[in-house]
Amino acid sequence: MAHFKKKQAGTKQEIPTSAMPDVVFMLLFFFMVTTVLREVTLKVKLDLTKASNIEKIEEKRLVSYLYIGPERLPGNQLGEDKVQIDDAIVDDIGAIRNLMYDKLLDQPKLIVSLRVDKNSEFGLLTDVQKELQQAGTFRINYSTKRED
Amino acid sequence: MLLKKRKREGAEINGSSMADIAFLLLIFFLVTTTINVDTGIGMVLPPPLDPEQDPPPIRERNLMKILVNAQGLVLMDEQPVPVGEVKAKLIEFIDNPENSEELAVSPEAAIVSLKTQRETPYNIYIDMLDEVMGAYEDLRNSASRANYGVDYDKLKPESPQQKHIKDMYPKKISIAEPDS
Repeated sequence: MAHFKKKQAGTKQEIPTSAMPDVVFMLLFFFMVTTVLREVTLKVKLDLTKASNIEKIEEKRLVSYLYIGPERLPGNQLGEDKVQIDDAIVDDIGAIRNLMYDKLLDQPKLIVSLRVDKNSEFGLLTDVQKELQQAGTFRINYSTKRED
Repeated sequence: MLLKKRKREGAEINGSSMADIAFLLLIFFLVTTTINVDTGIGMVLPPPLDPEQDPPPIRERNLMKILVNAQGLVLMDEQPVPVGEVKAKLIEFIDNPENSEELAVSPEAAIVSLKTQRETPYNIYIDMLDEVMGAYEDLRNSASRANYGVDYDKLKPESPQQKHIKDMYPKKISIAEPDS
């Protein structure tokens, strides 16, 4: 009886996995570098409005954020509209001038990104803008989401 | 006679679980990453006004006054206009294709003034600003297509072509202070 020998390639049919850790590490480093672990803890409620004619801010290091919205109070309540810079709420609008001026000295090409809640009133924003004018930070950006 | 030294086993760290550790970290960073590009409407504020200096004179026909109240109703040069028509009206005002006496002398001279009330919600203000930006975007795009065959945002940044279009339609937007 004829015996058929199964044809088989002499090589091993295995994918070499020894390089896998390297690949994974490369991905890991990419995500580690791009991750922003902690943004500021928002003390105001923020719900951005939408607009269609918007531009991207490419140079993120130039950006300093300023938040305006109703203050979050304990017990899930919302207070009056407040301004937050970095981690603190600024009660005295006049103090914004010095705060922003200090930031401008650190970064002369500063862009102030105004992140304003869509229901907050324009009046507070115009006060803030007046302060920014006094501080000399003229480049601003009204942060909005893209309209679909 | 000296004792023969015992042959040592090769000191090796088991590396097979390294991939697992790396995967774990990878998944953590994958989950926490937010690659968010910050988008928004860019503006440049004017320097603070000198109270002793009078503002420069502006011819009435070059100025488009847009008033928006807290309910989102729009007045353009004292005429009530529905929000949907603001952009078309603005383009007509800036470009002035028929050289009307009422509209801007030239696109370079046109100034759009946006004024709202203190009580106006922010999203109404942004909607209006968006319309103004959209009008300029359309004008720049059509000028760019007529001259260079591509859209304005496809032109190279800082190139002479882009500057040319930018000078043709400079964005002159004035955000007026609301009356209290």
